Amino acid sequence: MDVFKRVPISEQPADVRNKNFEEVCLGYTKEEAMEEASRCINCKNAQCVKGCPVSINIPGFIEQVKEGNMEEAFKVIGESSALPAVCGRVCPQESQCEGKCIRGIKGEAVAIGKLERFVADYARENKVAVAQPENKNGKKVAVIGSGPAGLTCAGDLAKMGYDVTIFEALHEAGGVLVYGIPEFRLPKETVVKSEIENVKALGVKIETNVIIGKSITIDELMEEEGFEAVFVGSGAGLPKFMGIPGENANGVFSANEFLTRNNLMKAFLDDHDTPITKGKKVAVIGGGNVAMDAARTALRLGAETHIVYRRSEEELPARVEEVHHAKEEGVIFDLLTNPTEILVNEDGWVKGMKCVKMELGEPDESGRRRPQIVEGSEYELELDTVIMALGTAPNPLISSTTKGLDINKWQCIVADETTGATTKPGVFAGGDAVTGAATVILAMGAGKAAAQGIDEYLKNK
Amino acid sequence: MYKINVKEKLADKIFLMVVEAPRVARSCEPGQFVIVKMDEKGERIPLTICDYNRATGEVTIVFQIVGASTERMAELEAGDYFTDFVGPLGCASELVEESVESLKNKKILFVAGGVGTAPVYPQVKWLHEQGVDADVVVGAKTRDMLILQKEMEEVAGNLYVATDDGSCGFKGLVTEVVKNLVENEGKTYDVCIAIGPMIMMKFVTILTKELNIPTIVSLNPIMVDGTGMCGACRVTVGDEVKFACVDGPEFDGHLVNFDEAMKRQQMYKTEEGRAILKQREGDTHHGGCGHCGGDK
Repeated sequence: MDVFKRVPISEQPADVRNKNFEEVCLGYTKEEAMEEASRCINCKNAQCVKGCPVSINIPGFIEQVKEGNMEEAFKVIGESSALPAVCGRVCPQESQCEGKCIRGIKGEAVAIGKLERFVADYARENKVAVAQPENKNGKKVAVIGSGPAGLTCAGDLAKMGYDVTIFEALHEAGGVLVYGIPEFRLPKETVVKSEIENVKALGVKIETNVIIGKSITIDELMEEEGFEAVFVGSGAGLPKFMGIPGENANGVFSANEFLTRNNLMKAFLDDHDTPITKGKKVAVIGGGNVAMDAARTALRLGAETHIVYRRSEEELPARVEEVHHAKEEGVIFDLLTNPTEILVNEDGWVKGMKCVKMELGEPDESGRRRPQIVEGSEYELELDTVIMALGTAPNPLISSTTKGLDINKWQCIVADETTGATTKPGVFAGGDAVTGAATVILAMGAGKAAAQGIDEYLKNK
Repeated sequence: MYKINVKEKLADKIFLMVVEAPRVARSCEPGQFVIVKMDEKGERIPLTICDYNRATGEVTIVFQIVGASTERMAELEAGDYFTDFVGPLGCASELVEESVESLKNKKILFVAGGVGTAPVYPQVKWLHEQGVDADVVVGAKTRDMLILQKEMEEVAGNLYVATDDGSCGFKGLVTEVVKNLVENEGKTYDVCIAIGPMIMMKFVTILTKELNIPTIVSLNPIMVDGTGMCGACRVTVGDEVKFACVDGPEFDGHLVNFDEAMKRQQMYKTEEGRAILKQREGDTHHGGCGHCGGDK
């Protein structure tokens, strides 16, 4: 065995998986996991833990995997994370734990994410129970939103003994884990549902179909329903559009709509009622993880799919692994390209898109080189579907209906980074609702911090 | 789960259901809507709230069979359950926000078309309870397609009925009735609220613009979540793109781009039309397929 190299992991072949919605990565076997775990040198001053937003005891759980004690490994992870099967799949480990791994200096970092995934999957398949909270204190806390921030906050509070209810606006719990991230990256039935069941097993109640700000307000929750503290983890759900001509044509979707129809409403399955326009030739505008998800979904529905991004490959904000997978599967990358107009036929449907070529100039305030239009480079792409994946902003439904809850100029809720405390006493917030669109694990980190913040607030009240 | 306490057939393909949904009943106002989903595989269907009872925790909805999902929904009976019933969504009717004093000084006209009569009813009823009598024009294809006529008579100041075939009331379009009221009967109105098929609202707004009557319309475009997340319901109002789910569903009718809205409404009707045709060829095909020229 070459200790500088990772134990390879099996994947569905690209030309098979680009036609189905089954998971791309097939995961390690027990033997492979133990072998990969043996590459960890169990650093005294473990850098990987510092790279983890929820501070999982990484060398601790890997030590157990090395010995084949998967139940023990699951317990170690469970001390810090309620969603290991999710995180093992969707965290950007390369820039977090694995990015700091000492093994990575001379060779490949230990596959921490894949090991975490293995342990969580093992625990699910072998029905390893989650540890139960010790003593219930009877104090009621409301959590708004059942995405990664909310589930983490709720799980941690339940472990401390609080009586937690999550309110979810959609008909199913999970937030972005169910409506946003596709099945082929994060299986819903097996992975997401069972992690949510684990949170419920801690005593957390989940009430779906409740829109805070419409069905009931935060003030009413606190004054009439007896909640002593509230955590807002309502995410960043509002899609952005470009504001170019033709954007309201039929066949132009936000990535949110396209992904929600497919992931939450399961439009890709014939026996579900929700329709989706499959498209023959699809352009996805944007270069982030959501753009990759939308493109790979359109591809699986049978379309020729292009990513249209105004900067170069180096600046793509998506994870390298996602870009790599997308390319393997046959997504075409039209880089240094920017749409200027969507062309519409007489029935109101998309028939093409006017684009210009771009070149990179001087770095802008984000440090990335600013794209500039190449004069005279305008050309037309023939298309029938355009998906806008340009990022999202927080939904104002809660901030606009809650007295004393301050937001900043990006509509994000103002909250203390270490405690999650907002400008309204007893109300805490975290995740995309505070930071704007970010990652699952950062939202979990914020949920965790807020659970501590809420505990301290209620103890001192 | 949300129990259906009452189911009533109001007309051919139009059904009323009273559903137990305490959180919605407690906080909803006229003009708002709900999203219902009948079972695991069902669509999320937006429907305007037609009535509510805060004491019993019940909400009334009225829907018309327009596709495979609503056809399936019509098979539910009293005692059955919706798996999901969420709301209230959207903004309340502007009328609710106004003071009763100011409403009493206003002459208000409602124009309702087809199943749009259902969301008009609670607004007229609410005004009647505040001591304000509004004139109501109701249009339908035939006498058999008229709904809530008796209920509307009890709460409207004057009720004018128009049917396409003349089987009840005036033979012709609601716009002809409105034009006649203003031009020949000496009626004046300070505000008009029009709710019905998109094509009806378009022509009402063209007329009321000529007659100089400010007009509010209630849109029911395609949407998925109803909370501002998907952007499917975007509609051009004046120079701005609005989301009907959170900014509406009511808008200034003189600013709405109806031609664009009508095209957008047909987007999935093609597939929906196909699904229903596959299921049962013939009389359930109500238009909206993009080919037959219907508009519902």
